[in-house]
Amino acid sequence: MSDTFFTASPHWTWYIILYFFIGGIAGTAFLLSSLLHLSNLTARPSDHPTDRPLIHLGYYAAFIGVAFSGFVLTIDLERPLRFWHMLIQNHTGVPMFKPWVPMSVGVWGVLLFGLFAFLAALASLSEERPSWRQLQSAPIRFLRHRGPSAVIAVLGSIFGLFLAGYTGVLLAVTNRPVWADSSLLGLLFLVSAVSTGAATMILLAAWRRAGHPASIRWLSWFDHRVLLLELLVLLIFLVSLGSVARVFLSWWGVLLLVGVVGVGIVAPLVLQRTHRAGSLRHHARAAMLVLLGGFLLRVVVLLSSNQIQVLGSGVVGP
Amino acid sequence: MASGAEPMGFYTDTTVCIGCKACEVACKEWNQLPATEGGAHEMSGDSYDNTRRLDGIHWRHVKFIEQFSEDRSDGRWLMMSDVCKHCVNAPCLEVCPTGAIIRTEFDTVVIQSDTCNGCRACIGACPFGVIGINDVSNVAQKCTLCYDRLQAGMEPACSQACPTDSIRFGPIRELKQMAEARVTQLHQLGEKRAHLYGADEKFLGGLNSFYLLVDQPEVYGLPRSPKMPTRNLIPSSLWSTAGAALLALLGMVGLRKRRMDERAAEADTDV
Repeated sequence: MSDTFFTASPHWTWYIILYFFIGGIAGTAFLLSSLLHLSNLTARPSDHPTDRPLIHLGYYAAFIGVAFSGFVLTIDLERPLRFWHMLIQNHTGVPMFKPWVPMSVGVWGVLLFGLFAFLAALASLSEERPSWRQLQSAPIRFLRHRGPSAVIAVLGSIFGLFLAGYTGVLLAVTNRPVWADSSLLGLLFLVSAVSTGAATMILLAAWRRAGHPASIRWLSWFDHRVLLLELLVLLIFLVSLGSVARVFLSWWGVLLLVGVVGVGIVAPLVLQRTHRAGSLRHHARAAMLVLLGGFLLRVVVLLSSNQIQVLGSGVVGP
Repeated sequence: MASGAEPMGFYTDTTVCIGCKACEVACKEWNQLPATEGGAHEMSGDSYDNTRRLDGIHWRHVKFIEQFSEDRSDGRWLMMSDVCKHCVNAPCLEVCPTGAIIRTEFDTVVIQSDTCNGCRACIGACPFGVIGINDVSNVAQKCTLCYDRLQAGMEPACSQACPTDSIRFGPIRELKQMAEARVTQLHQLGEKRAHLYGADEKFLGGLNSFYLLVDQPEVYGLPRSPKMPTRNLIPSSLWSTAGAALLALLGMVGLRKRRMDERAAEADTDV
C-alpha cells in the first residue's frame, strides 16, 4: 500500500476545482491572445485587423478569470480575512515567500499575473472605447504602444503558463494519494489548461463573431494537437501511478474514461478531424466538449483523492 | 532546532497501553478542545474506538486494533495512543505558506493559531494524517506537545495522565535509551516482533514522538516510509516547465505556418 494512503484529506473541493479550471483558462487565454498580438505586431498592418477584437476578448477573459480565481481562493480559506498572511508575515510585516512551497509561489504568481492581465485588459478597453476619456490618458495610451504591449504580453504569458501548470505541482507537493504518487500532474493540468484556454478563445470568437478565419483555424489546429498531447500525458500519468491507479476502479474511473477521455478529448478530436475546414459552429461544438472534459479532469483528480482517508487503524477508499 | 532547551518528546510503548483513553481525556481537558459535533457524536458501531482519527479537535487518539481468528478462538488486541509525531523534518512546517507552523525551543512543532488562515496545505502534507481544522477556531490544529506546560516546566497532560506509563515524556536522548532497553527485554521474553518506529533517522530525520510496535507499521495505520512532500517539487516543476516551453513553441509554429500559408496564397493570387 502506498504511504500516501495514511494521510488525511485537506478537503479541497469545489472552490479549488473551480479555481484550477478558471485559473488555467485565464492563464492560457492570455498566452494565446498574446501570441496573436505578438504575431500581428510583426505582420503587415493590413494582415489581420479582425484579430484585434479576439485578442481583446482573450485579455478580458484572462483578467476576469484571475479576479475570480483570487476570489474563490480567498473564500476557500477557513479564515478568509487572513488571506494576506500568505503575502505578508503577520508577526513581522515582512513579505511571506517560500520558494519551495507551490502555494506560496502560486499566491505571488496569481498576484503578478493579475497585474499583467489588468494592464492588458485596460489597454484593450482603451483601444476599443476611444470615446471614454478616462481611458485615453497618457499612461494608459502608453500601454498600447508596441514596446510596452509586447513586454506585457511576454511577461503575462510566462505568468499565465505558470498559473496553468503550478496547480498540478501544488497537488504533487503533498502526501495525498493520486496527487503525490506521480510527478506528472503539473504537466497534465498544464496541457489540459492550454486545451481549455484554446477552446475558450474559439467560443469567444464564435460568440462575438471576432477573429480572422485564419486565426480560428489556427486555434483549432493548435487545440487538436494539444488534445492529442493531453491524451498521451494522461495515459503516462495513469501508468506512473502504479498500484495507486486502482483508485480509479470505481465510479471515478468511469467518469475519467467517459467524461474526460471520451467526451473531453476523443469526441472533440473526432469533431475537429471530420470538420477540418468546418464552420465556426463546428469548432465551437468541439470547444464546449473540451471545456467539459477539462472541468471533469479536475473533478476526478481532486475528489477521487479526497475520498481516501484514514479512519481508525484502517484506510477508507472511494 | 530553535536554540535553548534539549529536544523533548514522547516514547509510546504500545505493549503496555490498555486503551483507557485517559490520555485523550486529559488532552481534551487541558487544551479545552470541543466535543465532536457539539456532543452529538455518533458511535463507530464496530469498535471501542469512537474517536476514529486525529484531527483539529482530537490531538490524542487511542487506536484499537483487533487481530482475531475467524472463529475468534485466538487473537489479540493491539492498542496505541497516537499523536502528532513532531517530526525532526516536519512536512507540515515545510509547506505552510503563512509561516504559522514553527519549531519550538524544545524541537517540537506548533501551529500558531493567530497566524494560520486555514488554507489546509499542512493537512495534505502530513504523512500521518494528524492535522485537522478545528471547527471552533477555524484554523488547523494538532498536538502542541503541551507547549504551554513545557514552558512552565510541566509534563504534557497526556503522559502525566497515562496510568501504565505507555506514554513516556522526556529528553529524546533518554527516551531512546529507555526504548532500546525495552525492545531488548521484549526480544528476550520471546516477542521478536518488537521494534521501534521513528526512533532513528531513517525517515523525516526521526520522530520526536516515536513508538514501540509489535507488528508492521501499516497494522497500526502508520506509513512504512513517510516522505517529505517536496520530493516531487523538482521533477514536477521540470516536467511542467518543459511542457510550457513546448506548448508555447507549438503555438508559435502554428502562427508561423498560418503566415507562410497566407504568403503562399498571396503569391499564387499575384501570379
